[in-house]
Amino acid sequence: MSIKGKVFLFGDNVNTDEIIPARYLNTSDPNELAKYCMEDVRPGFGRREDIRGGIIVAGENFGSGSSREHAPIAIKYSGISCVVAKSFARIFFRNCINIGLPIVELKETDEFDEGDIVEIDLESGRIRNLTKSREYSINPYPDFLQGIIEHGGWLGYLRSLKEMGT
Amino acid sequence: MGMTMSQKLLSMKAGRKVEPGEFLLLDVDVALANDITAPIAIRKFKEYGGIKVHDPDKIVIVPDHFVPNKDIKSAMQVKVLREFAREQGISKFFEVGRMGIEHVLLPEEGLVKSFDLVVGADSHTCTYGALGSFSTGVGSTDIAGVYLTGKAWLKVPRSILVRLKGELKEFVCAKDLILKIISVLGVNGANYKAMEFTGPALENLSMDGRFTVSNMVVEAGAKVGIFPVDEKTVEYEKERGIDVETFHQDEDAEYENVLEFNLNDLEPQVAYPYLPSNTKDITSAVKDEIRIDQVIIGSCTNGRIEDLRIAAKILKGREVAPWVRCIVIPGSQKVMKQALKEGLMDVFLDSNCAVSTPTCGPCLGGHMGVLAEGEVAVSTTNRNFVGRMGHPKSKIFLASPAVAAASAVKGYIADPRRI
Ligand code: SF4
Repeated sequence: MSIKGKVFLFGDNVNTDEIIPARYLNTSDPNELAKYCMEDVRPGFGRREDIRGGIIVAGENFGSGSSREHAPIAIKYSGISCVVAKSFARIFFRNCINIGLPIVELKETDEFDEGDIVEIDLESGRIRNLTKSREYSINPYPDFLQGIIEHGGWLGYLRSLKEMGT
Repeated sequence: MGMTMSQKLLSMKAGRKVEPGEFLLLDVDVALANDITAPIAIRKFKEYGGIKVHDPDKIVIVPDHFVPNKDIKSAMQVKVLREFAREQGISKFFEVGRMGIEHVLLPEEGLVKSFDLVVGADSHTCTYGALGSFSTGVGSTDIAGVYLTGKAWLKVPRSILVRLKGELKEFVCAKDLILKIISVLGVNGANYKAMEFTGPALENLSMDGRFTVSNMVVEAGAKVGIFPVDEKTVEYEKERGIDVETFHQDEDAEYENVLEFNLNDLEPQVAYPYLPSNTKDITSAVKDEIRIDQVIIGSCTNGRIEDLRIAAKILKGREVAPWVRCIVIPGSQKVMKQALKEGLMDVFLDSNCAVSTPTCGPCLGGHMGVLAEGEVAVSTTNRNFVGRMGHPKSKIFLASPAVAAASAVKGYIADPRRI
């Protein structure tokens, strides 16, 4: 899977209260949630047209805090195609894998600037910053997680295991 | 090589010895969700062809975040849960008037117990580690997976051992201990890892205190925060009609690192905005002369009877500062009744606190105490992120119920030992 898009830059410890503030959690409608994606860090972000296909690049501990799946859902439905960060909080990481939102750990995110055009190839494990002509390699997912991703998420994977009786 | 408690608990569930780093597909004992996370789980369950849940008795649903419902949208969300619970024969669904904040309610009612494998679509599901269970926060899709198959995936974590000695001094609380631990580890210092507690101090650490500690391990990124099952736990479980035997980690278990704390040296802590790790000792916090607008005493961290007792001890015969709104929220119906019986409610009301029915309410900026622009709160909750309790330009200082009560009286962040 190859992803190409424009970089939107965020800092360290972006938590789920910032990704989707609790005052918008009285609905679980993905398109409604998407409108308020990152509302308290960058007001209006989720309603911008130009974020479609974009890539969020951030620092340490992205997605900390609440377990709300609304956070990766808001990001996914806002049109963001991938999140690249130095590290991710555990439940956020898990939720992204489970819902099939590509996320990538990369230590060198400081070398990216807002608006850079970046190409990510998940299969070969390469990230190329086309604007800066730099290339990075990323660790592949463990087999178990790769399996989940290949089935479009956790429930697709469970179905493939024939664990579901229905 | 011996095993950590996480390894032992997960080995029990897997039926073989498991190693850190392994991925497991396990049958869970309890799957929890609330009014925010269950609607997504239910929708996904249906999307994937779910008709009957795998086992209704393993499912617990607690609407607690926006209840009693604050608006039409949140009422509609709870309606989804209510109808799902009815149609699926889920008896562990808790309505207003019978409920509590999920992490106060579940242990109290014996719905989770020692040795259980619990997954909850709420990050503070780690609270039940206090019972010696493997309990961790997951997402709504994981819960849908349990509804469909009874199973969830887990990675066996590496563990950090926290060895405790000494004893908490008067007006120093378990909250101060966990805030201290988080400040030492940092907000992701335990990411993907288990925190396990041991040491002579546990003898003097109450169950309510242990719940507070386990509750906040996620604020250092930890997956679980596990206490051994000792005499105190056995006693607690017995009161709920549950028989358990004691349980500890192996002496020669391998830990990624070991932290030691002497509770005798611990001072009350205050976590400054906007991270729970951003703590200062109360002595230096008092010097900052921080004037406050609101105090919250409650939540899944500090809404238990011991928390209310210590707050009442400080508030008794005193009044909340005229410019402060002090809101006390018992964590469950039972805690509320007990507080009433012990006369704590009179103390709160006489000192001009507002007392609410159990709810998460202000903890996540939902309702019942949302902050305006520029306002400052001292709160016994667990997160002080930007906008967590309301306006993005409001501020939350996290503290124990003792510090919160003392601050309510003074109108400034105050030391409960010097009031
Ligand atoms: S009290 Fe706060 S932290 Fe606890 S479950 Fe409710 S919203 Fe979450």
